[in-house]
Amino acid sequence: MGEFRMPSLGADMESGTLLEWRVKPGDRVKRRDIIAVVDTDKAAIEVEVYEDGVVEELLVKPGEKVPVGTVMAIIRSDADQPREAETKAVGAEQATTEAAPPRAQKKEPPAPPPESPAERVKASPYARRLAAEHGIDLKTLVPSGPHESICAADVKQAVEAAKAAGPEEPPPVAAPPRAEEAPAAAAPAPEEVSGWKDPEAMRRAIAKAMARSKREIPHYYLQTRVDMRRTLGWLESENRRRSIKDRLLPVVPLLKAVAMSLQEVPELNGYWIDDRHQPQEAINIGIAISLRQGGLIAPAILDADLLGVDELMAALRDLITRTRDGRLKSAEMTAATITVTNLGDLGVESVFGVIYPPQVALVGIGKTMEQPWAENGLLGVRPVMTASLSGDHRATDGLQGARFLDTLNRRLQEPSKL
Amino acid sequence: MNEEKIEQTIFNILKRIAPESEPSRLSADDNIRRALDIDSFDALNFFIQLHEELGVEIPESDYGRLNTLAEMRRYLADRLD
Repeated sequence: MGEFRMPSLGADMESGTLLEWRVKPGDRVKRRDIIAVVDTDKAAIEVEVYEDGVVEELLVKPGEKVPVGTVMAIIRSDADQPREAETKAVGAEQATTEAAPPRAQKKEPPAPPPESPAERVKASPYARRLAAEHGIDLKTLVPSGPHESICAADVKQAVEAAKAAGPEEPPPVAAPPRAEEAPAAAAPAPEEVSGWKDPEAMRRAIAKAMARSKREIPHYYLQTRVDMRRTLGWLESENRRRSIKDRLLPVVPLLKAVAMSLQEVPELNGYWIDDRHQPQEAINIGIAISLRQGGLIAPAILDADLLGVDELMAALRDLITRTRDGRLKSAEMTAATITVTNLGDLGVESVFGVIYPPQVALVGIGKTMEQPWAENGLLGVRPVMTASLSGDHRATDGLQGARFLDTLNRRLQEPSKL
Repeated sequence: MNEEKIEQTIFNILKRIAPESEPSRLSADDNIRRALDIDSFDALNFFIQLHEELGVEIPESDYGRLNTLAEMRRYLADRLD
């Protein structure tokens, strides 16, 4: 049985107002379907459902304001079917770790999963999700994770192999086709579901999150100067052979390098929740995006480490466009496992950011500017970018932070491998 | 295409990118990015739309020469004869 609760769409959110349901009782829903629109202090957000199932009952009416965590709907999940009965414990465990948005874990720190029945393939929840998304059968993979379980890396490898082998197959549709569009669902007035809230409400929301961060998180800060000559040279030659609309922004190779460095220093990718460091497997990079009317918001590019530079550019373009139009999805608001802030456009040399709770790190990118650079006893002029890391000292030490910045620097010296 | 028409096209695009601004109030030598708070993403969109409307493909290496209205008018007029 699934309870669909008012999600926490940001560390600063205490309650939300249901604007509309996009489903009605009896509708079949698939994981990632948008089923409701919720109004927060910052914006109207489209909220996704996290498991397949059938909508049994809607408990909250449009216009009602309820606290985060309030049960809003009952969704009978496919996992409730009798065939799963013998693996119920496993199923339920997975439902909490895999299905709930990260902050929902607050209430139940995940326990070690119970022994699975022999026929069930052992795999991490994230590996399962990835496999489902890419249409890969877990049984065909060779496990390399602990206790012979399949981890995300195994799936990623298979995805890469499949990509190399030929055109990607469309992911299989797990649930039967959806029932026809609900004609009953009220069509909302467009200005209700899109567009950002007034600047004052957003300012208060930012104030709350940032004050909490500085109250609770003992930040440490590191910075390093990076010679950007190779990366910029690579970018220039890449962009020269692209038409204008396919060109990459300089931040794209930076984001890619951040994602790759997090694979090497995974401790910085994740959360601090309930006095516990909880590194995450998925690398969802929150991007601080400023809004024209003031304020900022940091939605995430999901699974950034799985995207090539062109896909990353497309994802960034899509995310920025929808952020500025006020059309974000709930997963993008809740799933960031780290945040990148880039103030380079404004001519700022370095930025030491405030970590967005419950994340444990923030990467700051400054402006790339020509500077004197000494190397091998010679003085030259190079385009230099200052990268910084703000780390949560409860979760990691300067050592991990230093390893991350060093890795980032090395990645940016080998741009063709990005 | 005359410079007036070029300028009108530039204004229309800027207005779409920065709806709250009044591009026609820019003076010829204002740095547009700074005056209208245009970041690198907006700037790329600006050049894409300029390409779509005027058919001028501007190489990335020329971005630095296109900071003000006066510079843009001259650059585009040269290529739109």
